[in-house]
Amino acid sequence: MANWLRISSRTVANHIKKRMNKGFMGGAVHVNQSSGLWWGLNRGGPVSDRNGRHIDPLAWNRATFLCVQRFKSTLAEKQHDSFLSSDSDDDNQSVDFPGGKVSYTSEMSFISESSQTRVPCYRVLDDDGDLISDCDFQQVRKEVAVKMYSNMVTLQIMDNIFYEAQRQGRISFYLTSAGEEAISIASAAALSEQDIILPQYREPGVLLWRGFTLQEFADQCFGNKADYGKGRQMPIHYGSKKHNFFTISSPIATQLPQAAGIAYSLKMDNKEACVVSYIGDGGTSEGDFHAGLNFAAVMEAPVIFFCRNNGWAISTNVSEQFRSDGIVVKGRAYGIRSIRVDGNDALAVYSAVSAAREMAINEQRPILIEALTYRVGHHSTSDDSTKYRQLDEIVYWKKARNPVNRFRNWVQNIGWWSEQQETQLRNSVRKQLLEAIQVAEKTEKPPLSELFTDVYDHPPSNLEEQEKHLRETVTRHPKDYPSDISV
Amino acid sequence: MGFRNIIGRRLGLGLVRRRKPFSTATCDGDGNGNAKSINLYSAINQALHIALETDNRAFVFGEDVSFGGVFRCTTGLADRFGKARVFNTPLCEQGIVGFGIGLAAMGNRAIAEIQFADYIYPAFDQIVNEAAKFRYRSGNQFNCGGLTIRAPYGAVGHGGHYHSQSPEAFFCHVPGIKVVIPRSPRQAKGLLLSCIRDPNPVVFFEPKWLYRLAVEEVPEHDYMLPLSEAEVIRQGSDITLVGWGAQLSVMEQACNEAEKDGISCELIDLKTLLPWDKETVEASVRKTGRVLISHEAPVTGGFGAEISASIVERCFLRLEAPVARVCGLDTPFPLVFEPFYMPTKNKILDAIKATVNY
Repeated sequence: MANWLRISSRTVANHIKKRMNKGFMGGAVHVNQSSGLWWGLNRGGPVSDRNGRHIDPLAWNRATFLCVQRFKSTLAEKQHDSFLSSDSDDDNQSVDFPGGKVSYTSEMSFISESSQTRVPCYRVLDDDGDLISDCDFQQVRKEVAVKMYSNMVTLQIMDNIFYEAQRQGRISFYLTSAGEEAISIASAAALSEQDIILPQYREPGVLLWRGFTLQEFADQCFGNKADYGKGRQMPIHYGSKKHNFFTISSPIATQLPQAAGIAYSLKMDNKEACVVSYIGDGGTSEGDFHAGLNFAAVMEAPVIFFCRNNGWAISTNVSEQFRSDGIVVKGRAYGIRSIRVDGNDALAVYSAVSAAREMAINEQRPILIEALTYRVGHHSTSDDSTKYRQLDEIVYWKKARNPVNRFRNWVQNIGWWSEQQETQLRNSVRKQLLEAIQVAEKTEKPPLSELFTDVYDHPPSNLEEQEKHLRETVTRHPKDYPSDISV
Repeated sequence: MGFRNIIGRRLGLGLVRRRKPFSTATCDGDGNGNAKSINLYSAINQALHIALETDNRAFVFGEDVSFGGVFRCTTGLADRFGKARVFNTPLCEQGIVGFGIGLAAMGNRAIAEIQFADYIYPAFDQIVNEAAKFRYRSGNQFNCGGLTIRAPYGAVGHGGHYHSQSPEAFFCHVPGIKVVIPRSPRQAKGLLLSCIRDPNPVVFFEPKWLYRLAVEEVPEHDYMLPLSEAEVIRQGSDITLVGWGAQLSVMEQACNEAEKDGISCELIDLKTLLPWDKETVEASVRKTGRVLISHEAPVTGGFGAEISASIVERCFLRLEAPVARVCGLDTPFPLVFEPFYMPTKNKILDAIKATVNY
């Protein structure tokens, strides 16, 4: 009861401020132009104080006159604590509930559905590929940079040629990474070979980085007997144990809770490794996204959840996918440290993933990375995206916001890459790939017996019966069956 | 070796339905060593203790497993093996199974508990699309064989829609997983240990009605019972009855009464529903010429339909009568109407007589 009488000077200031405050942003703030044309929410641009430092207006609103401005740091923000702490309450009391102490407040206020500013996007290279001065980034060695760039080019060429192969009817399906080359290559470059990858399906660049050959890619796409998957799945459903790359499955987001389990295993083994699981913007709407992040947080599992927010889930734009400020803000809901990064900036992706990896392993916690990017290609060979988006939008991103061009500028300017190398590389990759495709096309399919193996560790009697019966049928009606599968 | 039956009675309700828990009529072969009279949840608890003792890569997790679980199956595990290996998970079945798949994919024994089989459906995608296909789709580069999902299933007298379901049929339609259902404490311990150690993902349904009420001599040592082997638990010559789990005790009572009318019944416990032991059932039907299948799950699309179709395919000319199914009704599992819904001893007895007199 005596608390009622103990009104702090802060409280007084608060009361006065409230009466004077005529809206969300009073006084010393100005708006900067936001850069980029990000689709989705854009509520009026960033807010900063008279010193040019960004402010979360919500925190500012809560702060008293006497309170210091909140700064965004590159590491974990402590804003969380001040938000819930006694700055804004009337009697400075914390009360216990299951789940910990909270302060009371007599001011009824709802947390805004969004921040006044969107979470800013970390980048290191400007649109032309020049290093932004005074930026925070992880330096990349020449061999790594050159390999990154070469892989991005290889991925581009691979995508073009396989896409064409599908159009020609040589493979049944394909999915490109066009526009997202920096994401898969640069993220892979920041990891170690022991880190375990749980892909969605638009990350073959990670496999490429790790040494999966063009022949191995082609073999899976053709489903021949050299395919590690034994011809069982559609093209692009790669998997490679030796590269610590778990086999892709079509259902969206199922890999996320699995990633938490795998990471927990690494944790139990005290391994110097983490799991990196990829997901698109659309996939974050799935229940498994919630399950995966929540489990990883509770189990304190070393997973990096890497979200490729490319603006489109087939034909569904992000404005129809969620009402939040993208994905990065969801991390906090799970108690997960998060960052938003420019997915088309290879160096930024590299830096962010390096840092995330260190935190994940050293602190045994999950990290969420949202990489903003654009899906230049159609969703897959079964899609024609001009049916639901403007052609000039696609062309703009392909030309003016191309991650490969941008990184090329950087490696060239720094003297690590030349036009000559460019030509050589493109010719060589093209040639190798066309050869690989030819070989893959000619390689026979897996034998019929592989239809029945691996359902279980050993085929049960019903499968043995079915195989026997099927073989009799094939003998009776050979014309019903493809001739390139040996019986 | 003699076995004790304990008659269970439900307390506090006007209508008392006697469901005698099943006694194993045949020995599991391990006639040696110490055996104690324990109930089903204790037998399962023993199996879990042994599983974690014998494999330090074994983990038990799920909602509320840490304090012992809502059915006490996980009592003592957290204290003994520590919270890194025995732990509560958030309330999220798709997360529990997905997490379990990941753990298992790294070579661990992931023993996941789903609190009631009625709540397994959010995990259906992970089970069907992921666990069941994990090995196959990867060309055997990866597998999650170390995954075992345990869930209490079946009528309990007052469970209504969401604490009584028998969802086994959904899972029997999924190549790549195994489905196992024990009928008694001794069976449960041996089968569960086999499931945990089997290199394939398994769904293990535990008849919750029997958790406390079924009491049996259970050897204290580590033993395993084979999967995909059905067991003839009562020899007979006039009709073959096929069932699993708690229903077998009801079927046994029907068999006893039929015997008084001179009908000799052969009773088979399928034990593993996927992959199921057609040979044993077929051999029995060749002997008797008649078959009756009984399960609590609704009759339409229930697993009885698969058994019936298979037997008709294989034994058509031997059959003296149509295959009979005595099952739950095609309704959600009702509360006050449970006694009407259930495949009771008398329904089974009526069907036995009708089949024999066909």
